[in-house]
Amino acid sequence: MSTATQVPAALEMPRDTYLNAGYGVKSWFLTKDHKRIAILYLVSITMFFLFGGLMAVLIRLELLTPAPDLFQSDTYNKLFTMHGITMVFFFLVPSIPATLGNFVLPMMIGARDLAFPKVNLASWYIFMIGACFTFSAYISGGVDTGWTFYTPLSTSYLNTHVVAAALGIMIAGFASIFTGLNFIVTTHRMRAPGMTWFRLPLFVWSMYAVSLVQVLATPVLAITLILVALERGFHIGIFNPQLGGDPVLFQHMFWFYSHPAVYIMILPGFGVISEVIPCFSRKRIFGYSAVAFSSVAIGVFGFLVWAHHMFAAGISTYSALVFSLLSFIIAIPSAIKVFNWTATMYKGSIHFNTPMLYALAFIGLFTIGGLTGLFLACLGIDMHVTATYFVVAHFHYVMVGGMLVAYLAGLHFWWPKMTGRMYPEPPAQLSALITFIGFNITFFPQFVLGYMGMPRRYHTYPPEFQVLNVLSTAGASVLAVGLLLPMFYLLWSLKYGEIAGNNPYRATGLEWQTESPPPMHNFHETPIVTQEAYDYESMNEEEVVIG
Amino acid sequence: MDSHAATVEAGLHHRDPELHNQFDTLEQQKDTAHLGMWVFLITEIMFFGGLFGAYLVYRNLYYPAFVAGSNSISIFWGTLNTAVLICSSLTMAMAVHSAAIGARKLLVGFLSLTLLLGLIFLAVKGKEYYDKWTEHHVPGANFHFDDPERPGEAPVPADVASQTSIYFSLYFAMTGMHALHMIIGVGILLALIWKASRGSFPPHHYTMVENFGLYWHFVDIIWIFLFPLLYLISRTPAMH
Repeated sequence: MSTATQVPAALEMPRDTYLNAGYGVKSWFLTKDHKRIAILYLVSITMFFLFGGLMAVLIRLELLTPAPDLFQSDTYNKLFTMHGITMVFFFLVPSIPATLGNFVLPMMIGARDLAFPKVNLASWYIFMIGACFTFSAYISGGVDTGWTFYTPLSTSYLNTHVVAAALGIMIAGFASIFTGLNFIVTTHRMRAPGMTWFRLPLFVWSMYAVSLVQVLATPVLAITLILVALERGFHIGIFNPQLGGDPVLFQHMFWFYSHPAVYIMILPGFGVISEVIPCFSRKRIFGYSAVAFSSVAIGVFGFLVWAHHMFAAGISTYSALVFSLLSFIIAIPSAIKVFNWTATMYKGSIHFNTPMLYALAFIGLFTIGGLTGLFLACLGIDMHVTATYFVVAHFHYVMVGGMLVAYLAGLHFWWPKMTGRMYPEPPAQLSALITFIGFNITFFPQFVLGYMGMPRRYHTYPPEFQVLNVLSTAGASVLAVGLLLPMFYLLWSLKYGEIAGNNPYRATGLEWQTESPPPMHNFHETPIVTQEAYDYESMNEEEVVIG
Repeated sequence: MDSHAATVEAGLHHRDPELHNQFDTLEQQKDTAHLGMWVFLITEIMFFGGLFGAYLVYRNLYYPAFVAGSNSISIFWGTLNTAVLICSSLTMAMAVHSAAIGARKLLVGFLSLTLLLGLIFLAVKGKEYYDKWTEHHVPGANFHFDDPERPGEAPVPADVASQTSIYFSLYFAMTGMHALHMIIGVGILLALIWKASRGSFPPHHYTMVENFGLYWHFVDIIWIFLFPLLYLISRTPAMH
């Protein structure tokens, strides 16, 4: 028992698909089809991911030895800044919503497209314009503020192109707002007959929660970055202590977006995992409504914990106490999800297809990332490990071990739907394994380093930290192999992969009832929904009868 | 599958030309557009909310400076602009009503009136900015706050005078962002007037006018908050 894929012989590719509905540059760059826009996003964010990854490689190479061998400290500052900005704003935030979400959300609810296709296309253009601004700052000398743009460092003390980089992020933020707006309205108004709220796939629920956060939090980042640009350009004094401004206010405003943004980056991953686990366990999800509501709860509580990034920034003891408590509370809905996924697998008929391997990796890595988050929510421990590698390891466990792994799970899961062809199973399983091992070797030592006191954002360190740093760099090489492999075999599968058929995994969900790749308008007739989501039990029974 | 697909495709092509592919009925299309606009306005609230939050913090920290700054801007022009903007909301509401009853000329007339009032607002705002520029009240290298010549009042202490820079930063950021929204609104109004004059908004399909009306009222409401917060801080000398 290794695979659920049982492809009958002589499957044919469907005749009319969204891929052959038009040819030429214009048919792609002026498309209003959510599926093609998803592909535009997919290609763009893959480029950005490669760039951000290259920065990470350079950082790890520099940290191989305690001495500064490769870069000067200024260059090193630019490297981790560009790594952070690119990965957060140009890869992780749009990763699942704008690619997988764009592609499958309308199909999951039985709609022909998103509510506002032109806005959807515009959001991609806005995203790319933002990227042009930020990357022009990189090219013309780089940015060295750190991805957080803390004032007054960013406004008064640096001579790099902070304004261009910040405006680029602000512009890309509007792309994220428009995607969220589109998803919210689509989920409310475009559901197929019979698709009630509690029959929605959990991926849609988590997209809905993410969209709420995007719509409510991103505009605050926009205005904050505008104020940074004004402060830098005109010295208006709003964040400048010399003129009476308060730099800590910047931190409040920044984290009011950027903590919810952490949930923008992880909630979509929860959605993917909630699809993958029931499918490859052949079981109904355990506690559907608990999983659905926990997504919404995370979205809501996510707005109330931002100051836990500022325990060492001089906020009052009482507000620190409250934010610490709230940060502990937000762990509850996350834990509910993990327990529900585990309970779903219990007595299930588990198939170790690639998406499932990634999903299992996700549960393990996200749990470590989440639990170390509780250490950081604890005031005493936070004082000790603030701005050390402990924090770096913690958020990489959530962002990479969580979101990136979930993104890969989803990409493999829906790859046959997007392209009509299967990815090759053996190399894909291998790359999932390599990614998991490489990731742990890279980031687990960083917990220890941080606890021992190695601060983040320095390119030198005392020699006694070298062993763990060498281990981490070695792990990064393994991780890089695991992440580069899919690029090769996925491209290979575009031409040589097995033809997938409509529903290669025998999954529930409307997106699997249409052809792979789907036709231009997704469905030949509007589907009518009569069943709950994840009704794998009755599907299994049918197969026994037929078989 | 082929015959059925053909009928669906044919169905998609023989529909109301105003009905977009992804919708089943005009009503669904209209509801969707409205919801989209409301969600967008919520985004806008959060956008301005950041500024209102900063305002709250600094007003508590530097209240005397906020009083001094507020007293230096012209209450006459501010009140005039408030009146202009409220009138423009009325004309906008009349424009939406005209579209609903299918009165094309009235629609064009009311939209043009709204445009005119919007331009008046921006012109007055420009005059106020110009005054601030000549008084060196624009934050930056040339910022300089002198107590306006009002006999019988104690001059503002030096530290308060320098803190007014924060007040003026917020004044320009908040009214500037508001003015930017007005300028975008004026641009959209021009397009709407052009389309309305060609008869593009029949009574069963004027969602665009309605949605723009929502936007315009929203921008108006933002001003209704900005006016007291920026212009009317402790105008009576006896209060302090």
